[in-house]
Amino acid sequence: MNVDPWILTFSAITVVVTIIMGFRSAKSSKSASDFFVAGRSVSVGWNASAISGEYLSAASFMGIAGMVMSSGYDALWYPVCYACGYLFLLLFIAGPLRRFGAYTIPDFAEGRYDSPLFRKIAVCFVLFIGFFYTMPQMKGAGVTLSYIFQGLPYWVGVAVVGVVITLNVALGGMKGITLVQAVQYWIKMFAISVPVFVLFAVYGGYGKNLSLNHSAHDTNPPPAIERTAGPAYGERLVLPEKTAPKDEAWIAPFGPLTTKAAKAADLTPEETRPYSLLYTFSLIVALVCGTAGLPHILVRFYTNPDGVAAKRTTMWVMILIGVFYVFPPVFGVLGRNFLPELYTGLSGIKGTDQVVLKLPTLIREKYGVLGSILSGITCAGAFAAFMSTFSGLLVSMTSALAHDVYGRMLKPTATPEERMKMFKWCAVIVGSVSVLLGSLVEPLEINFMVGQAFAIAAASYFPLLFMSVWWRGMTMKGAATGMLTGGLCALAAATVVNVSTLALDKGPMGRIFGGFAGINDFWKAHPLLRILAEQPAIWAVPLSIGLMILVSKATRRTVPADVRMKMLVLHAPEALGLKQEYIQEHQGAGH
Amino acid sequence: MPHTPHDESDFIHSEEFLRGLMKRQLRLSIACASAFLVLLFGLPLANYLAPGLMAIRIGGFTLSWLVLGILFFPYVWVIAKWFINRSIALEHEEVRAVAAVKQRNS
Repeated sequence: MNVDPWILTFSAITVVVTIIMGFRSAKSSKSASDFFVAGRSVSVGWNASAISGEYLSAASFMGIAGMVMSSGYDALWYPVCYACGYLFLLLFIAGPLRRFGAYTIPDFAEGRYDSPLFRKIAVCFVLFIGFFYTMPQMKGAGVTLSYIFQGLPYWVGVAVVGVVITLNVALGGMKGITLVQAVQYWIKMFAISVPVFVLFAVYGGYGKNLSLNHSAHDTNPPPAIERTAGPAYGERLVLPEKTAPKDEAWIAPFGPLTTKAAKAADLTPEETRPYSLLYTFSLIVALVCGTAGLPHILVRFYTNPDGVAAKRTTMWVMILIGVFYVFPPVFGVLGRNFLPELYTGLSGIKGTDQVVLKLPTLIREKYGVLGSILSGITCAGAFAAFMSTFSGLLVSMTSALAHDVYGRMLKPTATPEERMKMFKWCAVIVGSVSVLLGSLVEPLEINFMVGQAFAIAAASYFPLLFMSVWWRGMTMKGAATGMLTGGLCALAAATVVNVSTLALDKGPMGRIFGGFAGINDFWKAHPLLRILAEQPAIWAVPLSIGLMILVSKATRRTVPADVRMKMLVLHAPEALGLKQEYIQEHQGAGH
Repeated sequence: MPHTPHDESDFIHSEEFLRGLMKRQLRLSIACASAFLVLLFGLPLANYLAPGLMAIRIGGFTLSWLVLGILFFPYVWVIAKWFINRSIALEHEEVRAVAAVKQRNS
């Protein structure tokens, strides 16, 4: 096994520092309320860094670069919508939910409709979305470990990282403490930006490298200087003929990502274009609406002393993540020019998802050890990315299982000790399932899977939040029907697509899922259905909202009696003190 | 729901106040969202309808890549900044309006 000492050192430092910091801050803040209040003692800057740190996952750090390299322009929608989806959250949902004082989406579901039952329904999606979101994090872990320890099987990496983080969470570290997350953001930012600037200096800038890819619309294309080995400034290596997309398809919109389904059905390029447009629109809807419905994002809006500080924090979050998201596509562009060998692997472990880790080693040829150091830095960033997101997800899924499913449904009479014990067991259960799912998805792209988690969130939680905040005619039955139907349809569609993709794998997954290969013949005959299943948001979100309106109208009598007061709490400025009044009234009414 | 009468602050609990409040906030949010959505959904449409224009090179970038890969972010920051300023101002106005009504009634 061939291990670069620099890469190993940087990665090990990140892991050890994260675990130690987690335990140290976990000691000083034991209860859940400490976690929520933690932000009140820190400044807007730290809080904004913490939110950004939690948000930037393995998909942002590794997946985007890999997907830009493999699919080109179309993949740029991911970073843009990951960053700009926050705006939608800010415009329609964040303010009202903050005023209402609901810390999580299930809290809000219960409070808005006075229904503990609805809380139980809503909590299911914390698990559904959570598992879909952990799969790509696990893949990030598997890819990174088998890059550091060349030759290590993919599943071993997944298992090692999964076990370490699960134990860490079960033993009480990593409770999503503000300081840890904030530091993680700056590690990621440093790790993604510094190598880019060094690479620019050696191989030419962003625009220079893009211009090496010719499009059919270029009037006088610059002479293509292509080498077979040893890249140099302003030149690129020869692309593999079969596996790399052509320049035109890569740099122009509507490339491989959005045309795959129609291509498989042997449509002509002209016939393919409307399908690509549909695919793009559906992807945008999923990512923008999905950001607003991710279970672990909203919580952080409450770690501010007041509404004005919360808004300032959001502004900074948008700037911090926006700046970050400029960089990953750069790795994709440079990777296409200088690491074409990554195209020859399938999208799995040898594939483009490891371009962020591998690219800095290029400058070893010229600057020796500097290349290893830079590669070590990006590996450290990758660890920070999947560790912070995985542990955040693990904490929120475990809490959902331990507090809502066990504590409220199975055994409401449990003692605090029993609950603490159950929390540990739930962490182990959730962690094991994540490892199991994670080891299955090697052939799927990291970023693609995160997109699916967003689509499920967009069709379930987003309509629930949006409609409950802005329409007072909503009833619990309407909200539940819409959320369940939309969310489950999106979940089913995503699963069918993943299973059919896994069936095509040439490795072990192809044997496990081989029985589903027949679905692909169906996709060939019906490219439109394939696109709608791969990107379900464009029909699932309207379906969910439509059902909410229909069922709410039919069950008009069950609109909560004090809906006007609830709406006032959601929308009136906090300075008017309606929240306190509402709480008093509720206590008076026997809640 | 047994509603206790809110004597001194009836205006806050009136239908009129709530309606006005939600309307003003929703209008602001929709205005900002439209500015965002025009570019978000306009860009794929521009790529679809005018591929030649979007492929123009600017410093090595295609126009389309430049907009999506770089310029989109500052555009969204401007919208967010404007929304935050406006919504903070809106809340101040509402608090002042409520105080004015209270004073008139007392």
